[in-house]
Amino acid sequence: MSENHNSAGGVPTTGHVWDDDLADFTNQPPKWWMLGLTASAIWVVVYFIMYPAIPLATNGTFFKGVGLPGSGQWTAIKELETDTAVLDAVRKPYEDKLKGMEPAAILADADMSEYVSRSGKVLFSDNCGGCHGQNGVGSMQTGAKFAQREQGLMAPILLDDDWLYGGEVETIYETIAEGRQGMMVAHKDILSAAEIDTLANAVAAGTPTATPLFAEKGCTACHGEDGKGMHAMGSANLTDKVWRFDGSIEGIKQTIKYGVNSGDPETRVAIMPNFTEAGKLSTTEMKKLAVYVYKFGGGTAPVVEAPVAAVAVDAASATEAASAPAAQ
Amino acid sequence: MSAQEQKPKQEVGQVTSLYNEHEEWSVNKGDKTIHAKRMPGRFRTFKNFTESLWLIFFLAPYIRWHGNQALLLDVNNRQFHFFNLTILPQDIWMVSLLLLLMAMTLFAATSVASRVFCGYFCFQSTWVDWFTWIEEKVEGNPNARVKLDTAPMSADKFRKKALKHTIWLLISVLTGISFTIWFEDAFVYWHNLMHFNLSIIEWATLIAFTFGTYLLAGFMREQVCMWLCPYCRIQAVMADSQTILPTYDEKRGEPRGRMRRGTAAANEAKLGDCIDCFQCVHVCPTGVDIREGQQIGCITCGLCIDACDSVMDKVGRPRGLIRYASLDEMSGKPVHKLYQHPRTWAYISIILLALGGIIYGLNHLGAMTMRVEPERQPLFVSMSDGSIQNKYNVKVLNKTGKDIQVVIRTENTLPGQVIVDADKKHLVHTGKETGFAVFIKVPRENLTSDVTKLRFNAVNVDDEKMKASYDSVFNGPKK
Repeated sequence: MSENHNSAGGVPTTGHVWDDDLADFTNQPPKWWMLGLTASAIWVVVYFIMYPAIPLATNGTFFKGVGLPGSGQWTAIKELETDTAVLDAVRKPYEDKLKGMEPAAILADADMSEYVSRSGKVLFSDNCGGCHGQNGVGSMQTGAKFAQREQGLMAPILLDDDWLYGGEVETIYETIAEGRQGMMVAHKDILSAAEIDTLANAVAAGTPTATPLFAEKGCTACHGEDGKGMHAMGSANLTDKVWRFDGSIEGIKQTIKYGVNSGDPETRVAIMPNFTEAGKLSTTEMKKLAVYVYKFGGGTAPVVEAPVAAVAVDAASATEAASAPAAQ
Repeated sequence: MSAQEQKPKQEVGQVTSLYNEHEEWSVNKGDKTIHAKRMPGRFRTFKNFTESLWLIFFLAPYIRWHGNQALLLDVNNRQFHFFNLTILPQDIWMVSLLLLLMAMTLFAATSVASRVFCGYFCFQSTWVDWFTWIEEKVEGNPNARVKLDTAPMSADKFRKKALKHTIWLLISVLTGISFTIWFEDAFVYWHNLMHFNLSIIEWATLIAFTFGTYLLAGFMREQVCMWLCPYCRIQAVMADSQTILPTYDEKRGEPRGRMRRGTAAANEAKLGDCIDCFQCVHVCPTGVDIREGQQIGCITCGLCIDACDSVMDKVGRPRGLIRYASLDEMSGKPVHKLYQHPRTWAYISIILLALGGIIYGLNHLGAMTMRVEPERQPLFVSMSDGSIQNKYNVKVLNKTGKDIQVVIRTENTLPGQVIVDADKKHLVHTGKETGFAVFIKVPRENLTSDVTKLRFNAVNVDDEKMKASYDSVFNGPKK
């Protein structure tokens, strides 16, 4: 910009000359254009505050923006709140009704149970899917990532009709609300390698009672005399085709040797957290989840006569119910 | 100097001679209102008849059928009603076939006889025709109109102009109303309109259509055809050398010249049949001169043919100096018969396909439809007894007038297959689609393949004959 001259016609140029005679004019942009540019720059600042685009969230509060009078005090936060209020208003009658209902009653009510099916997906994915897998398909704890502890499933598949603690909707609710932690002692010091081998082969074949060792070594205390498990203590049914942990002979041996939640460094781990204590979910949300999980297709039809507590304690009747055809 | 003067002449025949016609070239940019003369004739009568078909647009929404509007495109409730027929969104694919059908009909007609649509059916042409007819009734013939336009404002001019614009606006409002009542109940709409109780969308539609009609048909007129309408350009492409369109017979007409009394007979013999009376230009609604050949402004309405024929009758020469003729005919090539036009046949076959699809669709609307979506995550679940369970999300749409209950069955059966809760009745409300899950179990050993075809039926409990089917699959482990 040292010299503004133009040899051709006295028009001001930037002073830079290329290829002998090429130069840039320093013509001002039109006034309307400059006004537009300035107005846009001011609008950026205004909109930044209005929107607001200020990322300052501390202690659960945040700047909610300043709405301009002409815009009906519009801010993006306000628009979001209005929109969510509309959604909440649609859901409110259902949510209110859910509060006073038992899980079984929700299940029996076609409308409510449909509402739970539709609205429970996000709840399940956020809180349960991490261990149980999306849609309850289970997630495998195998491969290089879990080299430390390869144990088959991380958490049970929720779609089948095999339940450690029972598949009635109330029992599922209890599992969510109070958590579960089964226990199987490590047998590596109690049983010989040959005994473990025999037992593992019998269990793998689905006939644990075929070997006398099953009763002699006290397996029946937890898994029952018929090996079908007890819902009261969450012991696995060893006669069916669903495996909580790795179902190969090697895998079964591993489970027998080191137990489940036994404290042994090699133990299988199976812990369902207590969601009441965790404080993340409301009672209504846990009810929703219970119904949602039940409706995956493996839920056990409610036993109409017996009260809930009795079902949980009376292992025999629970097993019976479990073998009944699944509802829904 | 002399060298400079000679330069343009040297360039005749060179590339730059292309630009010489620039001097004669004129474009109708709407700076002059075209006041076309109205003359009776064959094509005028035909045009009156075809334009009157638009009365359907105004009157049909008032037809009642079983207490409801017979023709109702009920977008709000997502239903189309045609007398007894109700079309729900699921059947809307037929609309695409209908659009195809209409487009191809336009193409076929254009390939045979050029812009038939523009000349005889187009709403723009029609409304403009009505508007100018009113203009003529109020303000008089074209000469009187030109005089009135240039005259200073007077009480008489104001009265005429006010009357004309009032009638134009009335037609425009009626157009807006008639458009809207195809989409909602006509009588309810009129009632609401009378009480000024329309929704924002209804007001916006009415105002947009009123002013759109008033502006396009009253003021822009042929400018719409020439500069706004895409069909004008599309249709021009459809015409080929076999297409017949209003053509000036140059060989017969040229050299044109006025008839003069007392001219030597020998001199007259040199002249062609065209007497250069400009009647064809005066009657043209878009103001083109057909003698310059086919052009974008020509909407092929045939009014110039009427005008020329009447003049030819008067001067005692044969009709048809301007007539529907093809380029082949004019350039002396053999004229093919209509059925020797492959392009038209291609259009007709597409029309027949679309028509076939629509007829099939209307015959297979069904009272009930179902869709079955197998669960994808997971594809199947192993149950405790070793059987494989599949989950299906079933949706049943009830197109009947009342609520129905359905049960789900399968048409073929896999060995040992169990539909969980097979007898469960599912309630489906009228006009609604209801979804529910269905579980099917099959013993693992009975499966011969990882994917087995399975056809589902939804059967109305009260009427076993009413059922819907859907083909799906049963998924199992890899074999």
